[in-house]
Amino acid sequence: MKTNRFWSWIALAFGILYFVVPLIGTLEFSLRMRRGVYSLDAYWVILSDPRFQATFGYSIVMALVTIVVGIVLVVPTAYWVRLRLPSWRPFLEFITLLPLVIPAIVVVFGYIRLYNTSSFLPLTGSAMGTNILLVFGYTMLALPYMYRAVDTGLGAIDIRTMTEAAESLGASRIKIMWSVILPNVLVAVLSGAFLTFAIVIGEFTMAALLNRPAFGPFLQLIGANRAYEPAALAVISFAITWVCMGLIQVVTRLNKSLAATKR
Amino acid sequence: MSFLTISHLKKSFGATTVVHDFNLDIEKGEFVSFLGPSGCGKTTVLRMVAGFETPTSGKISIGGQDVVNLKPNQRNIGMVFQAYALFPNMTVAQNVAFGLKVAKKPQAEIDATVQEMLSLIKLDHLGDRYPYQLSGGQQQRVALARALATKPQVLLLDEPLSALDAKIRVSLREEIRAIQRKLGITTIFVTHDQEEALSISDRIVVMYEGKAEQVGAPFEIYNQPSSRFVASFVGTLNTFDATVRDAAAGIIAIDGKDVMIGQKITNHKTGDKISLAVRPEAVSLGEATDKRETTLDGKINSVHFLGSVIRIRASLGENIVSFDTFNNPSAPPPSPGENVKVSLAAKDMLLLGQ
Ligand SMILES: Nc1ncnc2c1ncn2[C@@H]1O[C@H](COP(=O)(O)OP(=O)(O)O)[C@@H](O)[C@H]1O
Ligand SMILES: [Mg+2]
Repeated sequence: MKTNRFWSWIALAFGILYFVVPLIGTLEFSLRMRRGVYSLDAYWVILSDPRFQATFGYSIVMALVTIVVGIVLVVPTAYWVRLRLPSWRPFLEFITLLPLVIPAIVVVFGYIRLYNTSSFLPLTGSAMGTNILLVFGYTMLALPYMYRAVDTGLGAIDIRTMTEAAESLGASRIKIMWSVILPNVLVAVLSGAFLTFAIVIGEFTMAALLNRPAFGPFLQLIGANRAYEPAALAVISFAITWVCMGLIQVVTRLNKSLAATKR
Repeated sequence: MSFLTISHLKKSFGATTVVHDFNLDIEKGEFVSFLGPSGCGKTTVLRMVAGFETPTSGKISIGGQDVVNLKPNQRNIGMVFQAYALFPNMTVAQNVAFGLKVAKKPQAEIDATVQEMLSLIKLDHLGDRYPYQLSGGQQQRVALARALATKPQVLLLDEPLSALDAKIRVSLREEIRAIQRKLGITTIFVTHDQEEALSISDRIVVMYEGKAEQVGAPFEIYNQPSSRFVASFVGTLNTFDATVRDAAAGIIAIDGKDVMIGQKITNHKTGDKISLAVRPEAVSLGEATDKRETTLDGKINSVHFLGSVIRIRASLGENIVSFDTFNNPSAPPPSPGENVKVSLAAKDMLLLGQ
């Protein structure tokens, strides 16, 4: 028992060191732009860079659109499969896991081949078309997380009887989706959404190869040409990711305490 | 013309047929129970009426309209589930209002109906609560109010009391029956509990292996079961093995002793082995009386004190009977192993088909 504890603490300490030391190093370095004193200069340089504002804004919009597309795609699909085609669930799970094993670069080259200017659907021919393509790419990247979150959420409620109860009260499919199913899996959808946000904000490969002015490529550009600013940027992106993870925790907790009162 | 007509209804899942040639006519305002063991197809029939399952063949009509091709949301049927199925994201009042909102009723009408429904189920004061803040019994009452709010043509209840405590089960079934009477709504109530079915139904459909074994009023079902299954499922039934002594005179031998059963035995000859059944209330402890004219020798197997009644099991030779006597403070019950006289009303014995 005692030795168990001891080794647990050692493991924890090692983990913390492993993650925290580089972070502290980065943070410390990002504060040293002004010679001899700690300052936030590197952060000011970044935050006041119009390219930062433009790319960050662009990525936020892309993330929000991706979240909406993801919800519209995943919630009805996961719902329908659970309700009517339960035998397809393993297959769907497999499909949604594919983005984890297929490198983004393969996917994006596939896109470029399929949707280039001389193809049947020349999406890459215009900025808007390429944005659409990028949203689809992001949606796919976020699929494993979004699907899992929503599917777990659906598993926690009795969707079948709830659907039938609503149906016998005269509700249409869309009404059931919107008023009964979605509100009851909202927490799951939100955690999926925050994960999607975190993924999209930092994504580099797809944005770079489709040549869109996203935050990921900007990170890379700064990283390649400056000294202190990349460190500051790294800290900023860490903070964004953490805020997203923290929000997931918050909504999950809220839901848990709500569920606890249900007992 | 009855209000709800089910004719030649059949349902197969793949190769297994779970409902066979089911026929039933229900009058407007009638309260009909489906009674049968788990897995006999009660829910399946109910779900076909509600529209959640499509019949393999057969017809269902409500108020003269064929509904088989209507979707569940076009049938105007109220449904109450065993698992309550309230919407957890909505308050009690919002749950009750759901069907009315869907039907796009004016807000004033919705408010009035919700109020009316909540007072019908005596939960006026709990409109703002969420389902998880209610007890099981309260949740099921809300589910009932929600199903009734849209003034459905038919109310279907699928084992609505099974998830509740015994006490609440009894009071809620009375409440459901009272509300049903008040509104005069045509109702099908599914249960596997014979006491529940007997106590609240106008008519009972006893189901067995996907068929309606017998349809009738509770009194009829209990006293004149048409088959061995109905006889044994409804009530506690004692079965006897006996030999026919004289078919024309209606004399049989139970454990070597001749007994007049007071009816001709038509489908058996003298010398045949037959089965008979007798309800516990036709059996009692002690020597023969006017009501129970036949005395047999028995030996007590077990005695269960249940409060106002005492349940006794005794063996009469090869046969075992179980029956109740009322508690009598001045006469303690016999003890196991004791030899006793058991009297029974042979006229109330039922000849069972094999
Ligand atoms: N969707 C289904 N697929 C296959 N078999 C089913 C399905 N629904 C019910 N059954 C079978 O039909 C039979 C009757 O079920 P059910 O109507 O639920 O019985 P009850 O309500 O009387 O307990 C059972 O044997 C059950 O396994
Ligand atoms: Mg059932």
